Amino acid sequence: MISKSLIVFFPAGYPRKEKTLDFMFSADADAIELGIPFSDPVADGVAIQKAYYEALSSGFRVGDVFWIAREFRKKDSRKLILMSYYNPIYTTGMREFAERAYESGFDAILVVDLPFDEAKDFVEICRDVGIKNVFLAAPNTSEQRLAKIDELSCFVYLVSTYGVTGAREKVSRLAFEALRRAKKICKKPVAIGFGVSKKEHVTELFNAGADAVVVGSAVVELISKFKEEADKKIAEFTSGLRP
Amino acid sequence: MRFGEFGGRFVPEVLIPPLEELEKAYVRLKDDEEFRRALDYYLRNYAGRPTPLYFAENLSRELGVKVYLKREDLLHGGAHKINNTLAQALLAKFMGKTRVIAETGAGQHGVATAMACALLGLKCRIYMGAIDYERQKMNVFRMKILGAEVVPVESGSKTLKDAINEALRDWAESFETTHYLIGSVVGPHPFPTIVRDFQAVIGREARRQILELEGSLPDAIIACVGGGSNAIGIFYPFLNDNVRLIGVEAGGFGIETGKHSASLCAGRKGVLHGMLSYFLQDDDGMIADTHSIAAGLDYPGVGPEHAFFKDSGRVEYTFVTDKEALNAFLRLSKLEGIIPALESAHALALLEKDETLKGSTVIVNLSGRGDKDLGIVMEAMK
Repeated sequence: MISKSLIVFFPAGYPRKEKTLDFMFSADADAIELGIPFSDPVADGVAIQKAYYEALSSGFRVGDVFWIAREFRKKDSRKLILMSYYNPIYTTGMREFAERAYESGFDAILVVDLPFDEAKDFVEICRDVGIKNVFLAAPNTSEQRLAKIDELSCFVYLVSTYGVTGAREKVSRLAFEALRRAKKICKKPVAIGFGVSKKEHVTELFNAGADAVVVGSAVVELISKFKEEADKKIAEFTSGLRP
Repeated sequence: MRFGEFGGRFVPEVLIPPLEELEKAYVRLKDDEEFRRALDYYLRNYAGRPTPLYFAENLSRELGVKVYLKREDLLHGGAHKINNTLAQALLAKFMGKTRVIAETGAGQHGVATAMACALLGLKCRIYMGAIDYERQKMNVFRMKILGAEVVPVESGSKTLKDAINEALRDWAESFETTHYLIGSVVGPHPFPTIVRDFQAVIGREARRQILELEGSLPDAIIACVGGGSNAIGIFYPFLNDNVRLIGVEAGGFGIETGKHSASLCAGRKGVLHGMLSYFLQDDDGMIADTHSIAAGLDYPGVGPEHAFFKDSGRVEYTFVTDKEALNAFLRLSKLEGIIPALESAHALALLEKDETLKGSTVIVNLSGRGDKDLGIVMEAMK
């Protein structure tokens, strides 16, 4: 990953899969993270919960995320990260899921509720298939666990605070200490996310050593507000985040 | 950490340290004399243990089955839930936590949690699906009187599973001061083990009592299964005995209608709420909406140890419908003067449905009393 990158998150199929594709093209992002809507997103705050709920209510199927990736890849070479809860992967079958993700053009998979202790088989399958893994780390993750997460991930996705996704007024104090620790221990790039929604946040986090910053809920709120017309707003908002 | 392939710890990374902290504290405390003494004291003097094992003579005559009822309905709060909430609230205190959160469906676990927190001076917040909040107003009020804050959950299907989601979200932020007092043998490790151990008091008593009364073990033990805590609680001390163990799930309007909560009988393996178990879900792994006349059984999953017992064959799992449960509810009320919870009525209904039980000696876990269900039954009888 290029240093000081901006990763932008979209809930797949919200408000519909064709729009998700438009949004991805219009975002001023170095990489795109695409979330598979899940019925029970325990790591997500209200904005993403609502988006997932609406996407599923209007008929989103897991297979649609692969369609979005394939269409994206026809025109765009930016990195694509697939984010999912574990059950859709488990239900599809780990190998089939990893293969479909790889073939449709995803570079890496992040499974929110699959800590590395439970991911032994999945990591092996992904390696076999040729798709990379990303694991989450949190401010309370021990140094031993951080080292293991670093070893298994193509980049480390550091959660900036305790709790769930969602735009916050300020970057948590926990974030800076967590970043310092992660940068000390990890050999891979460290991306930080959860609660990042403003240019000041992005600047602060880059200055504190983050290799990448993930913006999610703030973009989802834009989509929720402007729906089909959100393309231009997303382009403006994401460009405006860059220091 | 696993029951065969089931169980595990499928949670976001931030929850790993609090789960490890909990496991460490539990392992240290479960045999600690001071902790055991405190728990025994409250179970006896506050909750009302031991509960009787009652020979239901009239029901036995009517059905041709020798039926003993394990009277968990006589406990403080009216259900077996207090066994677990007192123990976990004490555990929380010993861990130095000052706040407790919990989920509740019908409100029985919420009420039992609020009681234990009032007793032990812990701050208490209960998450409850907005639909349950509306249809169980009395229990909401009860929890509030007991000093708990009750939060209606507006996300997803607005029922028990969404209340668990919300409690997990709260815990991911508050774990430094807060214990998540989960109400059944579900969730990430070590919760299913902790709740099972705290509910196993039911089976230990029942085993001693039936040996005193009958001079031998029963032929079968029957319990209803939602998440599965009352069932594991009574089954566990009999696992190595030659006794049939039967778990009864909620068949709702019938399995074929898709409107039920029978995750062992009709679900598939999956991962939710931190555990690998059986779940009702669609082909994409999206969790299904469930139905049961008994709110306490209205959950799309089941404890991982039950999933293990299903696959190993040690426990038989079956289901009865809303209607069969309702009939059993009315029959026990008329014949014995005991109004059972609709959940427990599922276990009772099997006595009539399962012909192979005729002539045998059976313990039914009467996990709760039915006062809370009178409104629902009144509607259903119209």
